[in-house]
Amino acid sequence: MASAPATPAPAAVAVPTASPATLLRLVVIVAAVGALEIACRVGWVPMTIVLPPSVMAESLWQLLLSGSHTRDIVVSFSNVAAAASLAVVLGFLIGAILHTLPPVRGAVEPLLASYYAVPTFMFYPVFIILFGVGSGAIIAIAVLLAIVAMITATLNGIDRIPLVLGKTARMMRMGPIERALKISLPAALPYLFTGVKLSVAYAFIGVIASEFILSGAGIGHAIAYAYNNFDNRTMYGLMLLIVLAVTVINAVLDTIDRRLQARLRR
Amino acid sequence: MRHILGPLLVILAGFLGWEVLHFVVANSSLPSPFETIVQMGVLLRDPDFWKQASQTGYAFGIAVVLSTLGGIALGILLGMGRLAGQVAEPILVNLYSLPKVTLYPVVLLIFGLGISARIAFGIMHGLIPLTLFTMNAILQLKPVYRRSAAVMGLTSWQTAFTVILPAILPQVITGARLGVSLCLLGVLIGEMFAARNGLGYMVTHAMERGDMPTVLAVAVMIAAVALAANGLLLALDRSRQP
Amino acid sequence: MSPALASVAAPVPAEHHARLTGVTRVFGARKGTGVHALGPVDLDLNRGEFFSVVGPSGCGKSTLLDVLAGLSSPTAGTAEFEGKPINGVPAGVGVVFQEDASFPWLSVEDNVAFGLRRSGVDAAEVARRVDYAIGFMGLKDFSKAYPAQLSGGMRQRVCIARTLVMQPRLILLDEPFGALDQQTRLLMGDELLRLWRETGATVLLITHALDEAAMLSDRVGVMSARPGLFIDVLETGWPRDRDSRIVSHPRFGELTAHLWDKLRAESLKHLRGS
Ligand SMILES: Nc1ncnc2c1ncn2[C@@H]1O[C@H](COP(=O)(O)OP(=O)(O)O)[C@@H](O)[C@H]1O
Ligand SMILES: [Mg+2]
Repeated sequence: MASAPATPAPAAVAVPTASPATLLRLVVIVAAVGALEIACRVGWVPMTIVLPPSVMAESLWQLLLSGSHTRDIVVSFSNVAAAASLAVVLGFLIGAILHTLPPVRGAVEPLLASYYAVPTFMFYPVFIILFGVGSGAIIAIAVLLAIVAMITATLNGIDRIPLVLGKTARMMRMGPIERALKISLPAALPYLFTGVKLSVAYAFIGVIASEFILSGAGIGHAIAYAYNNFDNRTMYGLMLLIVLAVTVINAVLDTIDRRLQARLRR
Repeated sequence: MRHILGPLLVILAGFLGWEVLHFVVANSSLPSPFETIVQMGVLLRDPDFWKQASQTGYAFGIAVVLSTLGGIALGILLGMGRLAGQVAEPILVNLYSLPKVTLYPVVLLIFGLGISARIAFGIMHGLIPLTLFTMNAILQLKPVYRRSAAVMGLTSWQTAFTVILPAILPQVITGARLGVSLCLLGVLIGEMFAARNGLGYMVTHAMERGDMPTVLAVAVMIAAVALAANGLLLALDRSRQP
Repeated sequence: MSPALASVAAPVPAEHHARLTGVTRVFGARKGTGVHALGPVDLDLNRGEFFSVVGPSGCGKSTLLDVLAGLSSPTAGTAEFEGKPINGVPAGVGVVFQEDASFPWLSVEDNVAFGLRRSGVDAAEVARRVDYAIGFMGLKDFSKAYPAQLSGGMRQRVCIARTLVMQPRLILLDEPFGALDQQTRLLMGDELLRLWRETGATVLLITHALDEAAMLSDRVGVMSARPGLFIDVLETGWPRDRDSRIVSHPRFGELTAHLWDKLRAESLKHLRGS
């Protein structure tokens, strides 16, 4: 974990999610949502600050039905998809190239280890100059945020290909391309996928945050707009959408990740 | 010395690339590195800059202290109760990858537009990674440590301070490093949106005026300070694990 | 002899199946302060024999194997396989490495079939050979399992089966049972003997276990501490259809004692030295 990017180490202990824990987690979440609902309904929490979860859900439902924010939703998700794909592809290529150039890697790696300490986001205005207000600048900053996780994961993945698999490839007299496709890639895949997972999370953060600070479209923008116009219903509806989307995407990626990691447990 | 040289060369290459970009971008609305450095000099002599910087520093300092204490405490609590840890882990990981900006309006509604909202937002960013790292460090602690301590006849307090704490310290420091960085990000994003002071505000305000040298000067200075601070923590981190 | 595993007849009938003459290996020779890991070593492997190499750790056993496998070329001396100088990995040589080399992303079946499929053998023949090798190594019930679900010993069997299906004429094994417990090792030794008898292949086994060498081999080469040289080559005189029960034979004790006699001084050098 020494030079890994901003990833909390997954709890090896908690990996085979014991069903009592899963069940209890569900109970905890339901109880928390219920408590908030009651607190709002009873008036302990003023409706001007937080809306009851049921109202949030209702607002989201209406918002989706009426199509009032469909454009924002499409814009945000396509930006996230574009940024994450770019980050994954470019990050993998850069990582793979760096791996073949040890001196360059030695010079770059300390910076990669400290990369997530830099509030990259402060450079968003620079991208606005370069690309103008719109998807270009947003995708650029999101890629910048996500790519280093992929580079680091790629370097780590290639490092961790056991030497003996390389020897095995040589015993089978494989050429470099066959070896890369049939040995190196599958051997490094679990680590690469960790990079993919992180890249998606960072792309999400980058896109939504940029839209929030300065943009003319997207869910982030719509939330900021609703906030500025005291439109709490829309604001909370969209927040719920983000939370749900991130949770679902996380759960899917996590399931794949766990499957891949399970192969490695030796 | 040699391992400093490489990164310095890379940074230098970055500045060169920036210079090239400066020439390529149409009628150069992108300031050159030189202009940026000149602007840094101007800012460093400007009392208003220091006022904004101290605002950011103040919010950041409080957020770091509170999220560090809170994160470690919460992590220990969740780690000690194994089930609690297993229940909380996926929730925390999910919160970690949530774009927390979306929740900033809630923070503003609760705390108002003042500095406390930004502190709270910084804590929201910094607390989770430290909690996760501390919790996982305890959950993954080798049982043989505790058993050895028991065999040596240590009391539970002695075990906590002479065995468990040193054993989890490296991971706690890693988590703290991450937490501190994210705290700064949280405070700055808070300032960029709906604030009237702080360096984040200074950047958005300068951007609205089209004052790009100031935008870049402030961003580069923050990046440099953050990199240096992180480098120090990293060195500390590495000196503890051979 | 089973048709599914039988080694293809050698194209060049040679009295010596593989031969090392004055083989020396120095690592980092160009930097001046090289590590003299091996040699000069002379070794003649007879066709169809079971030869073991024992020696203190770090004495150059794996280096010797790499030279025979064509994975590294000697700094000095010559290596031959079936009468031709070894230049790159020769056809007809199979290796089982010390480390687990099974592919974690493939099932046992696909692991074993991997080499055959890419060598253009037709599907029916692949299935036949894979089936046989999996059965032979006692992996029938696990053919759909993934390596992560298997124990270390079973994974090593997957690697042996994967080497076996390629029908090598020379099988090199580098401490393949190093990580296993003693009982499992004895049983794996039996399987190795069975495999050797059925395939008629030449086997070179590297091991640090003296009893393993004494029990399995026709001949045992004892190596000195680094740089490794053969200080003794011992003929065991066992019949071809031996198995692990010979450990109760008085000769087994004598052989093991003799090996330890030769090795004790060398191992001490290793312990006291680097
Ligand atoms: N690639 C290498 N570079 C430098 N020294 C090596 C290399 N490979 C092995 N050695 C050295 O050569 C000696 C013999 O190694 P090896 O053949 O692996 O020993 P063994 O298999 O008998 O334990 C050891 O001292 C080892 O440190
Ligand atoms: Mg070895």
